[in-house]
Amino acid sequence: MAKNNDSNKKESAVPAVQKPKKRFFNVEKRFGYTLHEIWRYKMSYGLIAPFFIVFIIFSLLPLLASTALSFTYWSILEDPVFTGLDNYQYLFVDDPLFLKAFSNTLYYAVIVGPCGYVASYFFAWLINQVPDKFRALYVLAFYAPSLTSGVAMAVVWGVMFSNDSTGYLNALLLKLGFIYEPIMWTQDVNLIMPVTIVVALWSSLGTGFLSFVAGFRGVDRELYDAAAVDGVTSRFQRLLYVDIPQTMPQLLFAAVLQITGAFTVGGTMAGHPSPEDAGLTIMLHLGDYSGTRFEVGYASAIAVVLSVLILGLGRIAFKLLQDKE
Amino acid sequence: MLQVDVDYLKKARKHRDYSGPIILIFLSLAGIVSFLPLIYLVSTAFKPPEELFLYPPTFFVRNPTLQNFSDLSTVTSNSLVPFSRYLFNTVFVTVCYLFTLILVDTMACYPLSKHKFPGHKALFKLVTTALMFVTAAAGIPSYLIITKLGIDNTYFVYIIPGLASTTVLFLMKQFLDQVPNQIFEAGKIDGASEWKLYTKIALPLLKNAQATAIILSFGGIWGDAGTSNTYIYEENLRTLAFFMNTIGGNVARTGATAVSSLIMTLPSIIIFIIQQSRVMDTMAHSGIK
Repeated sequence: MAKNNDSNKKESAVPAVQKPKKRFFNVEKRFGYTLHEIWRYKMSYGLIAPFFIVFIIFSLLPLLASTALSFTYWSILEDPVFTGLDNYQYLFVDDPLFLKAFSNTLYYAVIVGPCGYVASYFFAWLINQVPDKFRALYVLAFYAPSLTSGVAMAVVWGVMFSNDSTGYLNALLLKLGFIYEPIMWTQDVNLIMPVTIVVALWSSLGTGFLSFVAGFRGVDRELYDAAAVDGVTSRFQRLLYVDIPQTMPQLLFAAVLQITGAFTVGGTMAGHPSPEDAGLTIMLHLGDYSGTRFEVGYASAIAVVLSVLILGLGRIAFKLLQDKE
Repeated sequence: MLQVDVDYLKKARKHRDYSGPIILIFLSLAGIVSFLPLIYLVSTAFKPPEELFLYPPTFFVRNPTLQNFSDLSTVTSNSLVPFSRYLFNTVFVTVCYLFTLILVDTMACYPLSKHKFPGHKALFKLVTTALMFVTAAAGIPSYLIITKLGIDNTYFVYIIPGLASTTVLFLMKQFLDQVPNQIFEAGKIDGASEWKLYTKIALPLLKNAQATAIILSFGGIWGDAGTSNTYIYEENLRTLAFFMNTIGGNVARTGATAVSSLIMTLPSIIIFIIQQSRVMDTMAHSGIK
């Protein structure tokens, strides 16, 4: 935007003396707007300024800086040294821990992402089928888990998946005779990710879910009647032919949030560091390099790979779900 | 015409439709499962020590006690800063943050939705893309920017960096999009300035969207322990969430931890209960078109 502004200034300043008609045409064609028009909207720019200043300083700038730093070696104490693609080479070829973190994150994202998404839609749809007066209660029951703080999650699920026999799950399984000694839910290498996924699924009905509930509510009732004339009568058919097409925009919004949320998973139920790094995620790996080892260049490369992954998947979601006009 | 439709529907429902009650039962069961851990949280907060470590473990509290609450205050009496100071910091920071957030984001959403200024499409596209930004991944650059600006170790560091919430701006803009432009044009004809249009028309219209912003952002700021940990060096500027994290994880304080997590979680849920209908109103327009 700033760039656009500057070039507008340059263009309009020079030919203003000469042929005014042609200048107007040229600028209009190349930039679409004249400086005059920008000035006319000064109030609009004034109103959006606080938001975008904060946005640029605290969101855009750090991400751009990260991208630049990913091509350097930097330990904060000395100046960054340009190292080209070394970080990326190390990342993909020589860092077994990154591959571990990547596969753990992927494992998590592939399950929690789609399952959370489908569950959000499914429960929102079911809630839409019940009489109005009950809806608020159900929405609360399903949405409340995602409002719980991290500490609360630890209290509740820590007891559920406690490693000794006083844990609920272990106590239950022991009592029923399925197992003879307590299972190490949060320390067993093969169980860390599944347990984390179960807990994540419990709290996966978040903003996207609310968006769906509201989206269903916004579907025009007359469409059901119209569809009924065409032979669409069962709830399931209505979902297929009326509800899904009508809630496409919400589906896209939730997909974007779901993708971002699933790939930025941080800590697991095992804590960090975890046995054999079975609970290592990309975000934790990144945190190790930026916060503990101060290898900022390498940490930035991880951040870039993660961002590209998310933005790429987001692009696909847009391609698939966005209304083509 | 109507008669024909009703007949048709009646015929279509020759078999009695039991799906309604089935859905209701299924939803109730699933809802209970979903909500149960929260009930457990409340129940644990009132358990006396002997029940906390009972074998086999119990779900509901038998002899409710307030001992855990007094335990928590005992724990805090040993800390450098009194509990009330942490609580004040959290409440103060939360109120300031939410107020500024709503101001900044409503101010930005009004022109984005209603003015066709040069670049408005590009900027909104940027906001939509930014829904996918992982700002947390750029920790060190963020840290350097914040320390260079000198807002570390002040209340500002809790408030300012999070003000540009793209999710909130996005929802507000989508919500305002469906408000007819005529309302604003009428105001303009009456000679109202843009600032007047914003404060007198856009802000009241966005009342529900403001409630949504509060719901979505409250938990993040109320439970923000990371900022205290990274950017605050003086204990008396740190938040309740930070303090709660430091007392957690100790077996002897299981009860106190349950109480503290209740304190961290309950406000979000209460706010959601109060504001739910408004949130739904905003969310109806949340889609990306």
